[in-house]
Amino acid sequence: MSAPGMVRAAAWVVQRDLRLATRRPAQVLQPLAFFAVVTLLFPLGYTPELAKLRAIAPGVLWVAALLASMLALESLFREDAEDGTLEQFVVSGQPLTILLLAKTATHWLLTGLPLTLMAPLVGGALGVPFAALGGILSALVLGTISLSLIGAVGAGLTLASRRGGVLLSLLTLPLAVPVLIFGARATELAIAGDSLTGPLYLLGAVAVLGITLAPLAAAAAVRIGLE
Amino acid sequence: MDWTWFHKFGSPPHVYRLAGVLTPWFAWPAALLILGALYGGLVLAPPDYQQGDGFRIIYVHAPSAWLAVMIYAVMATAAGVGLIWRMKVAHAVAASCAGVGAWFTVVSLLTGMLWGKPMWGTYWVWDPRLTAQLILLFLYLGFMGLRASIDDLSRADRASAVLALVGVVNLPIIRYSVEWWNSIHQAPSVMKMDRPSMPFDMLAPLLAMLLGFTLYFGAVLLIRLRAEILRRERNASWIREELT
Repeated sequence: MSAPGMVRAAAWVVQRDLRLATRRPAQVLQPLAFFAVVTLLFPLGYTPELAKLRAIAPGVLWVAALLASMLALESLFREDAEDGTLEQFVVSGQPLTILLLAKTATHWLLTGLPLTLMAPLVGGALGVPFAALGGILSALVLGTISLSLIGAVGAGLTLASRRGGVLLSLLTLPLAVPVLIFGARATELAIAGDSLTGPLYLLGAVAVLGITLAPLAAAAAVRIGLE
Repeated sequence: MDWTWFHKFGSPPHVYRLAGVLTPWFAWPAALLILGALYGGLVLAPPDYQQGDGFRIIYVHAPSAWLAVMIYAVMATAAGVGLIWRMKVAHAVAASCAGVGAWFTVVSLLTGMLWGKPMWGTYWVWDPRLTAQLILLFLYLGFMGLRASIDDLSRADRASAVLALVGVVNLPIIRYSVEWWNSIHQAPSVMKMDRPSMPFDMLAPLLAMLLGFTLYFGAVLLIRLRAEILRRERNASWIREELT
């Protein structure tokens, strides 16, 4: 159980998940399409006036990102639990925390990062000024990292239950409240043209805390779910 | 150090009997304190100079709000003990806590709304405390939902224990973030209980009520724990001996 072996195993996990994603692109694209559709509903359901949309843009962006990443969570562990991959993780002799952290990082690369990259497009449609995009992107990068980590705990916990779905959202959404608040606040400040270092630091702190603790909780949850 | 007293808590018959013995010791003081505090709070305490008699709902509201948070801490502690020492009885305690905690959260929300209507002119404002309390309710519901969705008892115990521990780490962050979120959107609402200058004849019933509610929770927890142990051990032989 040497350190290089652990790093190599984690790299393999990342490689494998990325390859699986290229084989099944629909799984990656659907949350993104969902993100776009949800934000499209607001101009239709509320008002097409850009000035009014700009006022609700932070909330819309973050709630849509939250729901889209929730949607992608279903597939995080379930298939690997069903075909025995996760059991191989457990018996591999490598620390499960690190392997799950690698899996979550890949999940972020496939959902959080694309969501962030889509934000300029969606934000532009909501009347977000171009100058604010840099701040919004950095907030979304930090925020989606935390969302993936919190989601990994939730996805691990629901492995043992008969069906995930609504339960997964009920478990995860309350825990994601701080990310939503700090993220929306950062976005609001960015749109107003103010300094957003405060909320960005807080988002960063939540992400660091998540990277430190969430894999431990996820590993405990997966172990229970696999029995 | 001798740890037998601790290991005894791992034995369901021992805890079952102990809980039965202890229940009246919690229930009677709770009943006396709550009745006394009700008299003190509703009759003896003078009406508030600003809120009139409306403030009296605090005698139900504040203790429920306090218990809603405290029960979550008790639940998470029990869940952690169950997870670390693999103690089934501790998991039974956590399971018995959830329902009571959720109800106290509902009571604190409802009484807060009843108080808000005459004072703020509306049942609901996005006050940080109300919002944080609402999120706490969802945490309880998630805990109970997770337990209900897992058929195997031992897995339900441990999975929900992990969730309770995650929740207890997150709870301060949620509380803090909600407070921060609201302070920039609207001026903080002036709540009476923030004032340290509460006169004694208003404060004393409140403190008695806090203690009474806490003891009441202890009594209800013990009763529910006994029921939970009976349910879990329904096939064990000691129950037949105990009940005949």
